[in-house]
Amino acid sequence: MATQTDEPIPGTYIFDGNAAMKGYALNKMCYSFNQAANRAEFQRDEDAYCAKYGLNEPQKAAVKARNVLQLIHAGGNIYYLAKFAGIFGLNVQDVGAQQTGMTVDQFRKFIKSQGD
Amino acid sequence: MARIIGGLTTSHIPSIGNAVPREEELSQDPYWQPFFAGYGKAREWLREADPDVAIVIYNDHGLNFFLDKLPTFAIGAAFEYQHSDEGWGIPTMPPFQGDPELSWHIINSLVADEFDIVSCQEMLVDHGFTVPMSLFWKNNSYGRVRTIPVCINTVQHPLPSPARCFKLGQAIARAVESYDKDLKVVILGTGGMSHQLDGERAGFINKKFDLMCMDKIVNEPEALTQLSIHELVRQAGAQGSEFILWLAMRGALSGNVKMVHSNYHIAISNTATGLMVLENGA
Repeated sequence: MATQTDEPIPGTYIFDGNAAMKGYALNKMCYSFNQAANRAEFQRDEDAYCAKYGLNEPQKAAVKARNVLQLIHAGGNIYYLAKFAGIFGLNVQDVGAQQTGMTVDQFRKFIKSQGD
Repeated sequence: MARIIGGLTTSHIPSIGNAVPREEELSQDPYWQPFFAGYGKAREWLREADPDVAIVIYNDHGLNFFLDKLPTFAIGAAFEYQHSDEGWGIPTMPPFQGDPELSWHIINSLVADEFDIVSCQEMLVDHGFTVPMSLFWKNNSYGRVRTIPVCINTVQHPLPSPARCFKLGQAIARAVESYDKDLKVVILGTGGMSHQLDGERAGFINKKFDLMCMDKIVNEPEALTQLSIHELVRQAGAQGSEFILWLAMRGALSGNVKMVHSNYHIAISNTATGLMVLENGA
């Protein structure tokens, strides 16, 4: 957990106890996506699946929007969210591009440029 | 007596799990070539060294552990470890053989040494564990090697500090070296190097910091144990905090190590990859 002396790191969210409490239902749902049967159940009826896990309104809205930053603000942890993104065939580069407002190609170039 | 003959580190990015079965065909691919080219020498060293046991220090990314019960340090004590569907489609690997007798020896020794770890008689291992095994033992030829998974929390803060992880490694070494069987043991430290998956800073990589870490970890690891987790996140990215797994590995080696081989590459997926082979000195 960040201590009071830790300067915030721009664009970086520390997943601490507060985030873990806030995002528990959302992360629990995403954790369930390890199983193919659960992924299929979600895809059959998203609303029912979100309700089953007790997601709150901001979490439901973020799920509907497939918006990763919104999901993080709602308490999502990236490791569980990756399982959610995987349902739609999105990998971490797609997710990175979405969060940074780049195209996937721009995002890949940006990553590679840091090796120059 | 059991002895630790060396330590190896490697990144464990999931996309590598998809690429490994196609390594031959990808060996000319400009994206993969600079990555896979690093592993020949590591495999050669392992063939030569022929370890009986691999203690794999890794982090679970939400396959075996969830936030309901999330241990800071957990260690496997099973006869066998299974990989499983992680949700986004990397191939599932054949099972890994355990060494429960050595696991329990380590557990007993660690708790006596004031590391109150969680023991697991059933434990799924995720890509953090399986990708390194598939990289170091080509074509999944790890069958003879018995494994002991050591899982460190990097999912939920507070994470254990670099200094604490280094000390855990030292305690693992004391445990192994007090085991009354003639075994050759290697320690794998997986994950890293710099990367960040989440937030507006996603895609962040810090080459200068990574190279400094790869340099210092050989002969001056104590300097790296001065870092705080927050500083590590700042310098290496949110998920670059996995470097604590490398430090746990390094703690299990002696003061004297020989750097046999290393490779650094930007990037696979969102991650700067690092590979090191360190031979343990007396």
